[in-house]
Amino acid sequence: MAEIIQEEKGKGGKKKAKKHPPHIDMTPMVDLMCLLITFFMLTTAFAKAKVMDIVLPEKLENPEEQKAPAVAESRNVNIILGPDNRIFWYPGAVKPADYNANVFPPLIELDYSATGIRQLLLDKNKTLARKIADFNDMVIKGEIVLSQDSIQGSIRKLKADDDTGPFVQIKAYKEANYGNFVDILDEMNICGIGRYMFVDITWYEEKMVEIAVGKATASTN
Amino acid sequence: MPKIKLPTKSPRIDMTPMVDTFAVILTFLMLTATMRQDEPANVVTPFSISEKPTPDFNTMTFLISPEGKVFLNMDNGPDTILKLRRKLLEEMGKRYAIEFTEKELREFEKFPSSMGVPINNMKEFLAGKTSKERDPFQVGIPMDSTDNQLGMWILCARQVNPAINASIKGDSETPFPAVKKVLDNLQEKKINRFMLVTSLEATQINLEEIQQ
Repeated sequence: MAEIIQEEKGKGGKKKAKKHPPHIDMTPMVDLMCLLITFFMLTTAFAKAKVMDIVLPEKLENPEEQKAPAVAESRNVNIILGPDNRIFWYPGAVKPADYNANVFPPLIELDYSATGIRQLLLDKNKTLARKIADFNDMVIKGEIVLSQDSIQGSIRKLKADDDTGPFVQIKAYKEANYGNFVDILDEMNICGIGRYMFVDITWYEEKMVEIAVGKATASTN
Repeated sequence: MPKIKLPTKSPRIDMTPMVDTFAVILTFLMLTATMRQDEPANVVTPFSISEKPTPDFNTMTFLISPEGKVFLNMDNGPDTILKLRRKLLEEMGKRYAIEFTEKELREFEKFPSSMGVPINNMKEFLAGKTSKERDPFQVGIPMDSTDNQLGMWILCARQVNPAINASIKGDSETPFPAVKKVLDNLQEKKINRFMLVTSLEATQINLEEIQQ
């Protein structure tokens, strides 16, 4: 893009005085700026990462003294994060008499898709999910005018008052990965589950996973 | 009719407005830029629907690599006016009876990304000039039960800044037990509230569909 500056030569070899103001060639400057802009664009982290809040139950000093909460077994949902991005669940609870006798309830396999675990959770959480969706609809339509904080607060209140939704217990098998953990917590937020907790996996649940993936058989002792 | 004579000289394009535009864009980018830091481990964070942005202060981030190594970062980068990083290293030095010189403290303040250096190697690490010299020391913070330096870092960080929050940045492929170890360490220090760093993903649910 360099320009050739043509010099006009006078007839008698004498140089004529210039009449035009000198033209500054901006092209190198533009080139330089292009480079700088490209550099900044590539090194800038535009989209800031997001964070998801999670609260874990406090570690108890002496868990033996703690009484188990009185929860209707039908509302209990146990989700186990398995190896190789597999996910299992079983309803209710396993009684000591059962696992001591080596009788384990079968695990039901799901997947992380919208038709898998989400379907199950929404199904169990129908009433609450509907309430939250209706509330959000009303906010969007402008029937309720609230600040962002109050909206969050109201949804929290809806979740706390709910007495129909499931109690979800999330457990991770030792071969699960961190992505599964985030996925399942995200699923809880998407489905608006009011009560969920992340707890340590028990030995009999590990056994159940091993049976489900075919590593162990139910009859071995 | 006389022919119109076309000028033989190529038209000159005036670059000035273009330069002006570029200058504006450049200024904008320079002012908003937060440099991408070179993290000691490459992680691809999992996706979630959360829209809460990462906080810029009062935070310590635990970076957990797919191999299960743990790195620690304070307030997402080099030290701020509060000199928390400096105080943290001084405190750590006291606990492990290592005297850090002024130069080393300053080096630690300036260090822009996460670090996962065993405290015994910290001096050699800080003496390194280039990332090539430093990287071999970035082996992850030890957290065995016999030598739980991660727990000590957490303790000191909370001592230096009581309002500090913990966030965890892991790769999707990070094995869960590695994350669990960090969580257990935090819970031992009575931190039960965490933030998990994720990338945003849009999801919609259709209630009508599931109500059948």
